[in-house]
Amino acid sequence: MTATTTAPAAPTPAAPAGGLRQSVRDSLTVAKRNLIRMLRIPEVVVFGLFQPIMFVVLFSYVFGGSINLPGAGLDPGLYREFLMAGIFAQTVTFATAGAGAGIAEDMHKGLIDRFRSLPMARGAVLTGRTLADLVQTGLTLIVLGLVALLVGWRTHENGLKVLAGFGLLLLLGYAFTWIGALIGLTVRTPEAATSGGLIWLFPLTFISNAFVPSQNMPTVLRHFAEWNPFSATVQACRELFGNLPPNYPVPDAWPMQHPAWASLIWSIVIIAFFRTLAVRKYKSATA
Amino acid sequence: MPDISGLIIINNHFSIPGSPLMPGAIYAEGLVKTFGAVRALDGVDLDVPEGTVLGLLGPNGAGKTTAVRVLTTLIRPDSGKAVVAGLDVLKQPNEVRRSIGLSGQFAAIDEYLTGRENLRMVGQLYQLSARDAKKRAGELLERFNLADAADRTAKTYSGGMRRRLDLAAALVVRPPVMFMDEPTTGLDPRNRLQLWEVIEELVAGGTTLLLTTQYLEEADRLAHDIAVVDHGKVIARGTSDQLKAQTGGERVEVVVHDRSEISAAEAILAKHSMPGTGPEGVTVEKHTRRLTVPVTGGAKLLAEVIRELDGRGIEIDDIGLRRPTLDDVFITLTGHAAEDADEQGGAEGGGATADKKQKRKDRKQKKGAVK
Repeated sequence: MTATTTAPAAPTPAAPAGGLRQSVRDSLTVAKRNLIRMLRIPEVVVFGLFQPIMFVVLFSYVFGGSINLPGAGLDPGLYREFLMAGIFAQTVTFATAGAGAGIAEDMHKGLIDRFRSLPMARGAVLTGRTLADLVQTGLTLIVLGLVALLVGWRTHENGLKVLAGFGLLLLLGYAFTWIGALIGLTVRTPEAATSGGLIWLFPLTFISNAFVPSQNMPTVLRHFAEWNPFSATVQACRELFGNLPPNYPVPDAWPMQHPAWASLIWSIVIIAFFRTLAVRKYKSATA
Repeated sequence: MPDISGLIIINNHFSIPGSPLMPGAIYAEGLVKTFGAVRALDGVDLDVPEGTVLGLLGPNGAGKTTAVRVLTTLIRPDSGKAVVAGLDVLKQPNEVRRSIGLSGQFAAIDEYLTGRENLRMVGQLYQLSARDAKKRAGELLERFNLADAADRTAKTYSGGMRRRLDLAAALVVRPPVMFMDEPTTGLDPRNRLQLWEVIEELVAGGTTLLLTTQYLEEADRLAHDIAVVDHGKVIARGTSDQLKAQTGGERVEVVVHDRSEISAAEAILAKHSMPGTGPEGVTVEKHTRRLTVPVTGGAKLLAEVIRELDGRGIEIDDIGLRRPTLDDVFITLTGHAAEDADEQGGAEGGGATADKKQKRKDRKQKKGAVK
């Protein structure tokens, strides 16, 4: 009855590997697809670098001399070192927009329908995308780090600590791409996902210790800044890079006193929460 | 061949040919799906015997795509039952996904990947080994006449090539059951014919296929059975010949020379329209000045119509007698429904009539081009 057509017989699908192994395999397949895309549209990566580089230059040279850093005064050199962790952290969180736009585009073009009709792990499309974004974030950080070195940024701690700082940055960026994934599945167009992935990031990154110390902010903003997940990572990086001015008064809030732990916990909580929501949304996604 | 039988053992769900108790390869009972106030599916029943093609025919917004999305596990119905390849769509969605191929309304391919990369990715996500996925991609590219473009990004492909790549992606594991949602919409006539040939070949190989289309010509050519869908319901089903017989009679088609003569010609034709169809029996297409009326009376009646038109001084460009087409079937069946929707003033219904006319016009143009 099921005679073959003219083409050779189709290969038999392997028995369902199921579970974690299939999830990992499917996620890597999707990640590879997204990385190939990235190579084919290098403009996205290149333009993605402009903004942080611009911020490095603007903040260092335009604002640098006017910002009074506790424990450092108006020394632009010290401010530049202080600033870099903030720019790094802001850059990694901007990957949110890319993830959101990518997934919204896949929805828009019907690719998500195709994926959802395949016998693949349910979370793999999103995990694959976020993993590819993680690679991009890593590359961006390397380039940005080199630019920072050019304008005079230096680390003053051992290599392991510096690596740990970059590890926290990557984890934060990865966590934020899950927020992007949820946005991408929720809005209808890539354009909306891009703006929807960015607008709330501006207040979030500015009401933090990223560019200026939080000590001089009005009380409400100060509390927000001190508990902002973003600030925890920035503070942790400053400590791990040795970029805090010698007599910098660290705020008393718990996340500022234990920034590395706070950063780690925040990132894991964000991943757990938004991954759960995004995967649930994916299962019932309709273009 | 051995591979195919392997597929059967794994899935273990094929109905025994000829067994009257087993439901078809695609079976649905009382499917209901609402989106807000819109009842996209309002109790759809389907039964597609193994190895046959069902054409789901209907205007935009009739519920065709929703039906396909339910049967391919993409959305859950509010109520009803669906069995595909012997598997319960609601209870075993992942097993169903192993046994189906879906080619949606838009070519679901990644433009920045090459044709080969697209197919390898889909193969791997169907859980083929990397080696098998690669081999299969090569075979499909050959078969779908894409071998020369295999290593170019899909962005450079023409519409027809994208469609073929999309269909190839749906066939990676040679699924026993295929769903195609308006596979030829937006294709030029040459590419449509090519795609039809591919589909025919597929069906000859034993695949069960559910195909949605707005093109009656397409359903006529490809489908064994046709289900006409409107407002989320199946309003008629049967073979193309059965549906035409049900519509009955022949058609007199007149093209008048001048637009101003349409209403006079309409009055004459209405007198001869087949009993039971009433004055609504006359279909008028103003822009082409074409009038169509179902009749019973053959050539003699045609001569009479010509005499009467001539007697009233109506100049005609073209006149003829023809058997009903599926177009006629469709209009006979859905004509009232579309009007009802208009009266309700529903957002969807309001546009339906104009939409249908536009579609009809498109079809006519396509037909002309194919010839």
